[in-house]
Amino acid sequence: MDYFKGTGDYVLSPELKDNVNVSIALGRPLLVKGEPGTGKTLLAHSIAEGIGKRLNIWNIKSTTKAREGLYVYDTVQRLNDARFGDRDISDIKQYIKLGKLGESFSSEEQVVLLIDEIDKADIEFPNDLLNELDEMSFYIPETGETIKAKHRPIVIITSNSEKELPDPFLRRCVFHYIEFPSESLMEEIVYVHFPVIEKKLLRECLKKFYWIRQFDMLRKKPSTSELIDWIQALMAGGISPSKVEKELPFLGTLLKKKEDTDLVAQSSSGHHGFNTSIRTRNVY
Amino acid sequence: MFINFFFNLKAHGVPVSLHEWITLHHALSKNLNDCSLTRFYHVARSILVKNEIFFDRYDLAFLDTFKDIETTDEMLEKILEGLKKVKELKLSEEEKRQIEELDLDEVLRNFEEQLRQGHFKEHVGGNRAIGTGGRSTQGAWGYNPAGVRIGQGESRHKRAVQIAEKRSFRNYSSSITLDTRQMKVALAHLRALLPLGPEEKLNLEATIDATSKNAGEIELIWENKEKKAAKVILMMDVGGSMTPYARMVERLFSAASSQISRFKHFYFHNCPYQDLWTDIERRDSVSTAEFLRSEDSDYKLIMVGDAEMAPSELTWVNGAVDYWYHNDIPGLVWLQRIREKFRDSIWLTPIQRRAWGYVQTTRMIADIFPMFELTLDGLDDGVKFLMQGKGRLNA
Repeated sequence: MDYFKGTGDYVLSPELKDNVNVSIALGRPLLVKGEPGTGKTLLAHSIAEGIGKRLNIWNIKSTTKAREGLYVYDTVQRLNDARFGDRDISDIKQYIKLGKLGESFSSEEQVVLLIDEIDKADIEFPNDLLNELDEMSFYIPETGETIKAKHRPIVIITSNSEKELPDPFLRRCVFHYIEFPSESLMEEIVYVHFPVIEKKLLRECLKKFYWIRQFDMLRKKPSTSELIDWIQALMAGGISPSKVEKELPFLGTLLKKKEDTDLVAQSSSGHHGFNTSIRTRNVY
Repeated sequence: MFINFFFNLKAHGVPVSLHEWITLHHALSKNLNDCSLTRFYHVARSILVKNEIFFDRYDLAFLDTFKDIETTDEMLEKILEGLKKVKELKLSEEEKRQIEELDLDEVLRNFEEQLRQGHFKEHVGGNRAIGTGGRSTQGAWGYNPAGVRIGQGESRHKRAVQIAEKRSFRNYSSSITLDTRQMKVALAHLRALLPLGPEEKLNLEATIDATSKNAGEIELIWENKEKKAAKVILMMDVGGSMTPYARMVERLFSAASSQISRFKHFYFHNCPYQDLWTDIERRDSVSTAEFLRSEDSDYKLIMVGDAEMAPSELTWVNGAVDYWYHNDIPGLVWLQRIREKFRDSIWLTPIQRRAWGYVQTTRMIADIFPMFELTLDGLDDGVKFLMQGKGRLNA
């Protein structure tokens, strides 16, 4: 059986690793939730790389229907061909195009299937997939064919909890909530992205980053991916740690809303009651 | 057995089903928790609990069930106390190969023997006993591929019961008042039940018509299917006794405006009268009577306020709390008019349900508007109530 140990470029907590292996061993989809930017989608990439399987990604949009993941019967193409007589239209098979789920079932080898942002779709969407994910097979009435998974794909599902998912669907999943990384885990994550980062700069950045995240009033708190962008900008700009300590250069990479930028800028200029100085306490 | 864990979870209100409980036993029979209580804690949580708002209740149930249990995790911890973290051992390829030849059974036997004799205190760099940075087959931060590693990960030696005791998910519990993200989730119900936006659809009849006119030449007619959209009006109490909740109310606004396409909002102080304010400083206003005439009555109305004021503010002419403001019609009448216009309406209050009975005005307003708490659960219930049209029954 496959055992996921993690990969070098993706830092994950031991609990998440355990849950991935539980989901692989039980053959059940792993549902991953968490704040935006905590690496939910990257997890699937890391799993695929870690156990050496191909990754199949099904991106869900608000208009996606469950059937599209199984197969699409291109009737319009067939109608068109009937007019011009280019192809043999009695062979319906050539107009059946397998969707991402169908592809994963019919694949000769086991694959990792990522169903990304399942909550974007209609509220009934997960319910429509219950049976297919349970049995790992589906029937195409047009051709009378049954597509059955040769190897149960490892299914990873991500959700931003925009919509509540239906209970029968949840019962069939293994659930993991990615917590926001602690400072020490964050340090590891940054090292994976920037192996040669100056220690002083990293410490200063993390201090500021967690300080900014403390503001309850922020419209959107900066996440891991924004921290990585910020550090990259700082390194590319050759900003010294002492400058980061005194002011906040490239704040735009961390905060994307004007109200947020104003709030942080105001607090750091020091007239407000809380967080009076930008020179934050040394938390280490 | 730990069947009482199941019942404890139920008792704490975690929605766990038999289906999931059996899945957990499948996992245990495969030893996916590796005989560790800490890992059992996480594995069981991932299988039994499907929403982070229940993590806190899960912690409580876990504490109730496993408070006094003795685990192997404790044994590990005892060993770890004896191990001091030292610099990692670097070995040449030659040495690594020699070590790899060791047999795992032998290693395990050796480990048990060492453990029995208690050879693990302050042992650094040795070749046989439990220690750190050594070449022996057991211990931490050393090198032996066939060895027994003890608690190297930072978080591994936290005991599960301690993790549960920390209750770090208390903030996700749904009975505390909301933050923006949670509000968005709750408000998303409004969108979820009535999906927005156009959808491309083949108009079959028009297609057949056009095709016939074209003498059989196929002509496809697509139409944009307009779906019903959620229309929401939010009215909020600002100032006075609502000041402590101002930030929360502001968040509800920011969450709401991003979730709903046709969204209007107004402000009032304690109770709406003949003017509805369009800005939070209460400088610009629209006439309430005009507003009631001109708006469609199919808007969903959400009133937010603490509903705590002097009874005179509701019942008297010129009862408004602001001394410069004169109203010819008592506030209660305005509230009734608003309620009659918008059949789908609710009132959200940051005050907890059990305190409602103590304030006279709260009771009066609750008689007019269906009232809900401004918590995740309350907002959830309220929005569901709106979407199901239950408010029309007693309007």
